Amino acid sequence: MRARTLPHSRLRSSGGTRIARRTRKTVVIAAVAALSAGLLAGCADDGKDEDDSSSDGGGGGGKTKITLGLFGTAGFEESGLYKEYEKLNPDIDIQQTVVERNENYYPALLNHLTTGSGLQDIQMVEVGNIAEIVQTQSDKLLDLSKYGKKSDYLDWKWQQATTADGQTIAVGTDVGPMAICYRKDLFQAAGLPTDREEVGKLWTGSWDKFVETGKKFQEKAPEGTTFLDSPGGLLQAILSGEKDRFYDSSGEVIYKTNPAVKDAFDLTAKAAEDGLIGNQTQFQPAWDTTIANSKFAAMSCPPWMLGYIKGKSKPESAGKWEIAQAPKSGNWGGSFLSVPKNGKNAEEAAKLAAWLTAPEQQAKLFAVQGSFPSTPAAYDSAAVKDAKNDMTGDAPIGTIFAEAAENIPVQTIGAKDQIIQQGLTDNGVILVTQGKSAEEAWKNAVKTIDNALDK
Amino acid sequence: MPTRHDTAAPPAKGGAAPARPPAGSANEERRRARLSRRWQRDVRWSPYAFVSPFFLLFLAFGLFPLLYTGWASLHTVELTAPTDMSWAGLRNYTRIFDDEFFWNAAKNTLIIGIISTVPQLMMALGIAHILNYKLRASTFYRVVMLAPYATSIAAATLVFVLLFGRDYGMINWFLGLVGFDAVDWQNDTWFSKIAVSTVVIWRWTGYNALIYLAAMQAIPQDLYESAALDGASRWKQFIHVTLPSLRPTILFTVVVSTIGASQLFAEPLLFDANKGASGGPQHQFQTLGLYLYEQGWVNQHLGRASAIAWTMFLILIVVGIINYVISRRLRASS
Repeated sequence: MRARTLPHSRLRSSGGTRIARRTRKTVVIAAVAALSAGLLAGCADDGKDEDDSSSDGGGGGGKTKITLGLFGTAGFEESGLYKEYEKLNPDIDIQQTVVERNENYYPALLNHLTTGSGLQDIQMVEVGNIAEIVQTQSDKLLDLSKYGKKSDYLDWKWQQATTADGQTIAVGTDVGPMAICYRKDLFQAAGLPTDREEVGKLWTGSWDKFVETGKKFQEKAPEGTTFLDSPGGLLQAILSGEKDRFYDSSGEVIYKTNPAVKDAFDLTAKAAEDGLIGNQTQFQPAWDTTIANSKFAAMSCPPWMLGYIKGKSKPESAGKWEIAQAPKSGNWGGSFLSVPKNGKNAEEAAKLAAWLTAPEQQAKLFAVQGSFPSTPAAYDSAAVKDAKNDMTGDAPIGTIFAEAAENIPVQTIGAKDQIIQQGLTDNGVILVTQGKSAEEAWKNAVKTIDNALDK
Repeated sequence: MPTRHDTAAPPAKGGAAPARPPAGSANEERRRARLSRRWQRDVRWSPYAFVSPFFLLFLAFGLFPLLYTGWASLHTVELTAPTDMSWAGLRNYTRIFDDEFFWNAAKNTLIIGIISTVPQLMMALGIAHILNYKLRASTFYRVVMLAPYATSIAAATLVFVLLFGRDYGMINWFLGLVGFDAVDWQNDTWFSKIAVSTVVIWRWTGYNALIYLAAMQAIPQDLYESAALDGASRWKQFIHVTLPSLRPTILFTVVVSTIGASQLFAEPLLFDANKGASGGPQHQFQTLGLYLYEQGWVNQHLGRASAIAWTMFLILIVVGIINYVISRRLRASS
């Protein structure tokens, strides 16, 4: 009561303060209202409510809105695929939300799936997480085997998203058949061949030969350059071509005892000890700078990496890159589209997911975005066959990657692949470039990974 | 109370007023009783209604999560199926005793806490002392002091990551100019902690300086005058007049900084070049808050993360008690 009488007595003193006071009061009330409305909306935000309002406001028949939750640069919108689909299906309105990094996107997706709220009609899943989604969330996702055509996709890609009881809960978007990108000018300066066939022959079939080539390069390397960019890149490349990596076919974690993993780790550590590898972590600003300043001669190179190189290079580096087959073909990256069952437009969403990943659309996506198709039928299309990249000049990248894609082994994947890979890289081989021994690095990685895997 | 005259009933008992018709009087009495009950209820319960919004929100967003976390910490729970709990007893707690990552994180939290809080508070004192003199444009300096506090942690930390870069960072470039070797601010055990502390110091020094300044301005001027008459130098005045008067304020900032330091999270998370949550390849600057996040959201073990959260909570209570005892001692001695 007392607090209220005070302003009243002041009100009488002058008209000016009364107005000021009233406007301030209005502002306060407005602010409080806005805050509480925001709070309520925050609690009630479910995605579906928005659907309701927008389809009501659509007028006429009311368009069906399909939303996509994506991460990184999926490129569907950039390559005009949404517009094309909306033209083919005038009743459909497509919207997307994009999170930049999968590290942020994936925990949120899990949260949304387990609580059944906040989901988009279509959700993208990265290959490093697909096994976990298949094993733990398949009951919440639609079986897409009726929508996508199995024979269109690479067999292993289709299998990766298929549960033990035969439901395919996601369709493959792109794959990452890996090749080796190298700098012609630096190879020439170090007295190595530059023709892609000859370069490929230097290391065909063996990563040891690849590292030997690195030694030859390093002997005559231009000052300040290394053969490879980062230990993580080499380890990833070797492991991606192994049939069994971190899990065996029964789902047991075997990374510690699998000789293929230890060999890959030791070979990478050896190359780092010999000074063939730059002491960088991939996708960090300092690593970007080594691309811009041409500080290394070669790197493992899935199709999407060309786009990354292009983005970070100086203009004068255009055309100085060349691309050769890797010692062994492997897959690095790629994604899937899944459709949550409880979405309002699950049926329409499934149709769209299948359409977006059909061979014709994937070929278009490759031409614009560099995401390599997971559908072999697209490999014969002109969009793939004639594809070129500014960085690699005349190299027929589509043909090279297509050849790599067809040699990729069917890999055993597991739920925690991403955590194990990250542990071996970020808590492992990188330490060798900082003066630790291979043994210390391995122990540190194993310690970290085992703690991470232990429930 | 707005009471209309005609409804004001005669006193219930006694009184010489002529009796009204019995029916009307009974009505009147009932009405009065009802009003009075309502009024009593109003007085008794309204205050609770007025304070309830805070407590309801606290219940929903404070107490419930706290208890639920305690319940979850007794189970094995994975982020992939948060409702699927299997009883684990105290295992999540007992394993903390030989979890070297937890103790490493606890050690890091303590070290970073000390090397960020101590210089920060000392610098804040010094700055406040200088600002306490009559200066031109003093408001300008005060606003500048507060600017880091108003900057987003994420933006600031990302800039510091660039400054502290090993190969292309400005600080190493400068060190190179004056003839030092490049420092690996990300990976070195000590330098990485110093770098993280720098971000904290940069952000909070001005804030604490302003608190000290406010307290300093409340110190009576005549204390300084009499000290000056006794021949005390500026430095002696600072030691013998300013510091003793600031004691409660210093205690307050120590408590607040301790709480902040024990919850340190965003700076080490964003400082990690690998964008993981392990706080450097060898966990050099992984704090408890960061380890909790790693277990819960990267490794997806909600049960373990909950146990870590509760252990942190218990540690904080112990720290709080120690703080309380020390401050009582200090107060008693003064």
